[in-house]
Amino acid sequence: MRLAILDSGHGFATKVLFALIRAVSRQPMLDVIKLVKYRADFYGDPMKGVTHEAMRGPSSWSVGDRELMAALIARTNGSDWCTTAHSAVARRAFRDGAKVAAVLSDLESAPIEEPLRATLRMLRKLTRDNRVDAADMRALLAVGASRAQIEDALAVGFAFNTITRLANAFGFVDPGPDAMEAGAKYLLARGYR
Amino acid sequence: MSNISQARKTLVSRVLHGGGEASSTMRRAAFDNAGMTGPVSRLIDKVAKHAYNLTDDDIVAVRLAGFTEDQIFELVVCAAIGQAARQYEAALTAIEAATGATAHASRDSR
Repeated sequence: MRLAILDSGHGFATKVLFALIRAVSRQPMLDVIKLVKYRADFYGDPMKGVTHEAMRGPSSWSVGDRELMAALIARTNGSDWCTTAHSAVARRAFRDGAKVAAVLSDLESAPIEEPLRATLRMLRKLTRDNRVDAADMRALLAVGASRAQIEDALAVGFAFNTITRLANAFGFVDPGPDAMEAGAKYLLARGYR
Repeated sequence: MSNISQARKTLVSRVLHGGGEASSTMRRAAFDNAGMTGPVSRLIDKVAKHAYNLTDDDIVAVRLAGFTEDQIFELVVCAAIGQAARQYEAALTAIEAATGATAHASRDSR
């Protein structure tokens, strides 16, 4: 990563934890874990509260739906790292890799329900243009997305418009497909706490 | 529905008002992407607007301007959260305009 402190500036206890995780998983530490564990009181610990609630808190969106939102936001922000990571979680959650690939390839023709498609469209616009307007929201409500669903999607948007920027800015390094899949398995089972 | 208002408030309060290596004034400026000059201004603007274009040289320039890695870490985090918060607030305003009612989520980014 671009800051050496994020690779090797952790305290002794965290370094021991990393060594244990590497030994058990036989995978390299993911850069996102190194980030949230560096001076965790500043960013990692408070951010986990936001991300876990947005991604695993009560919602009529499924876990797969929300992971798909995260992947699309990552794609829109040009974060290959986060796109790969959250596509992997969404594939596992849906047990349907083709659906995830279709959404990321062409949202308009992907085989998903209209409220989800319209919500993803709104998140993509918000991420790309930094704004949406009342007409965008009325269009979303008109296809059956509820107000609660919109606000839940915006929570995902806040979390991943933060995280993907950090992945890009700090220069997360691709750990390889096996490590990404192991991370996806963990996130699906345990969430973001 | 999920409710990130308290967690978001805690996060923003921590990065802006808690202890840090960068001054609270600098962290606020990074969060707002306003009031900075020189290489750090360019770095923060990139994080907010097109982080995918950020390069090693952007970080090196800020180091050469006298910032430590810990200060850069804090300012980049503040910039990312600040931009995401502005997007979030804009979308909540759009819901309110569309429905004529106050959004459920607390308007608490400050």
